[in-house]
Amino acid sequence: MDTKLNLNIDRSVGDFHYDVDYEFDAGTGLSEKTIDYICDVKKDPDWIREFRKDALRKFNSMPMPTHWASPDLENIVFENIRYYLSQGTMPKRSWDDVPEDVKRTFERLGIPEQERKFLAGVEAQFDSEAAYSNIKAAVGDQGVIFVGSTEGLQKHPEIFKKWFGKVIPTGDNKFSALNSAVFSGGSFIYIPPGVKVKHPLQAYFRINAENFGQFERTLIIADEGSEVMYMEGCTAPKFETSTLHSAVVELVALKGAKIQYITVQNWSANVFNLVTKRGIAHEEAEIKWIDCNIGSRLTMKYPGVVMKGRKARGEVISIALAGDGQHQDTGAKMIHAADETTSNIVSKSISIGKGRSTYRGLVQVGRHLKGCKNNTECDALLINTDSRTDTYPAITVRGKENACQHEASVSKISAEQIFYMQQRGISKAAAMSLAVNGFVNDLVQQFPMEYSVELKRLIDLEMEGSVG
Amino acid sequence: MSLKIENLHANIGDREILKGLNLEVPKGQVHAIMGKNGSGKSTLAKVMAGHPDYEVKSGLVTLDGLNLFDMEEPDERSRAGLFVAFQYPMEIPGVTIANFIRAAVQARLPEGEELDAVEYYEELYKKMDALKIDRKFTSRAVNEGFSGGEKKRCEVLQMAMLNPVYAVLDETDSGLDIDALRIVSEGVNAMRSPERGFLVITHYQRLLEYIIPDVVHVMVDGRIVMSGDKTLAHKLEAQGYDWVEKETLKSA
Repeated sequence: MDTKLNLNIDRSVGDFHYDVDYEFDAGTGLSEKTIDYICDVKKDPDWIREFRKDALRKFNSMPMPTHWASPDLENIVFENIRYYLSQGTMPKRSWDDVPEDVKRTFERLGIPEQERKFLAGVEAQFDSEAAYSNIKAAVGDQGVIFVGSTEGLQKHPEIFKKWFGKVIPTGDNKFSALNSAVFSGGSFIYIPPGVKVKHPLQAYFRINAENFGQFERTLIIADEGSEVMYMEGCTAPKFETSTLHSAVVELVALKGAKIQYITVQNWSANVFNLVTKRGIAHEEAEIKWIDCNIGSRLTMKYPGVVMKGRKARGEVISIALAGDGQHQDTGAKMIHAADETTSNIVSKSISIGKGRSTYRGLVQVGRHLKGCKNNTECDALLINTDSRTDTYPAITVRGKENACQHEASVSKISAEQIFYMQQRGISKAAAMSLAVNGFVNDLVQQFPMEYSVELKRLIDLEMEGSVG
Repeated sequence: MSLKIENLHANIGDREILKGLNLEVPKGQVHAIMGKNGSGKSTLAKVMAGHPDYEVKSGLVTLDGLNLFDMEEPDERSRAGLFVAFQYPMEIPGVTIANFIRAAVQARLPEGEELDAVEYYEELYKKMDALKIDRKFTSRAVNEGFSGGEKKRCEVLQMAMLNPVYAVLDETDSGLDIDALRIVSEGVNAMRSPERGFLVITHYQRLLEYIIPDVVHVMVDGRIVMSGDKTLAHKLEAQGYDWVEKETLKSA
């Protein structure tokens, strides 16, 4: 696969916004009326309208998970949020047709240029709907479907309906219920049997409006023996008020298929980022989440893999960087549901200033299974004395012939290391950057090259501010 | 032009380690400091480099007339021309030798100027070859999992790449077998020049067979108590440090 991508994750680059006239606006607050408005605008079929209303009931009846999660969740005021904003529901196939006020945002973020250079397909979502969605002809000719969720459910109902909401049920958690009620945008991808998509498919999620909630819904189905790499990038301008991003991503890897899902999240520091991501891996299939969380005020995200078929494989590689005032609450879920399934979790977090990083892991291996293996490594690096990290691993391994390994470490960059580097003429801030980059180096190698270059640059920027 | 240390007093916590140390290394010369464990040899190296655990109480260290203590951060002193090869070099996980030295070389360039990568690697490989360091080491993390000898060779490699005006080698011979000692010494000798001064700190005379000093100083309890030519090192080896202490007592 071509692994070049030039996605800029310097937070200052995404911190701008243009005034846009929205054609459709569901107003502020959430009720059945909001749902009806969204359904009418999107011309949803009846089953989706029912699905949404059922989800709204579930959302309203479920408590906030503050018995285990951060009390900061209480600061989300659902009545103040705008749930749907768009200029139309059908994405354009050519950048020339994208309204000027939306297009200039994506041009500034460099998306059309990247598409020309190395992507097999791009979807660019602006607030609630994709403004642009296109796939290279050669890829489309192989039968690959890459469209928005609305188009997916309208034009490919036979595939969509079979899997939608099956990996992550509506009532999985309060925020998956919220997403199910008001979802809009996100990608629907189907890869036919045996098709190996050479270049990555990319989605770019952009929040432009204030007091807004973005609820994209992504469903990727890789049919038998197929392979696909999907990448998503996210930015938003920095507003005084909080913004909510609550996505649901479902992956299905059928027999022998491989899905690699890469996220670089660089939301601005006012965004609550509460995302549910899970994949089902059938026999000998492989699902790999590569997850990088840099921005947001609070991120709660635990990508999971249910290994349903024999010899299925799940992997989560994650890097989290929690700066001052940020809480990255991330981790992984590995559910072993068949023999000889293997999973691997490698998580590295960096806490800077008063930043807080939390690792939550869930590994389950059932009693009747044999030959299952899990490896979990989570390492935390604390930069300042008031930085914080917590680790909550939950590992349940039953049955006799299964193996599980868990390693965790917390380290600080020692004063001796900094002194040593300074003696060579390297400034304190540059020494800190080197050490932090060194800490994540082995994981960064797994990111596409352009991501890793940007990641390093961003760490440098963060470190400059943290050395007093 | 010299590295000049005048009446240097320095503490770690409440404990005074350097108690009025005087020493001058003229440019172009190699001076050795010998002394027992605990006499303050390594402290001297760290105090000059600006280690945060040590506190300078009084005295002056100048590099060609430039007051070292006017430079607060260790990196400023390094860029002013002072290099210390440490007895126990730190491990920096995940940071490769090539990137580490590159950052140090880059730090010496004027702002806005980028290091030429091709020239840098040519220079690095040349110096690695001379020190018989396998080129594969460029992608190894700094000192991580290195043997004692590899660490010391890597210190000398850094010195060779950074071209200091004054270099302090702290117990560079410790942990070296005879072949490594020879290679490291050759590396140091190759850098001897009228434009550079060396201060070689060692416990044993053995190193001074390979790096022939112009002057040998003996350090006892935080002071230089005796200085002489290279024959002083032989005398110390034969008669031990007790002899120095007796001699000093006599003259006191």
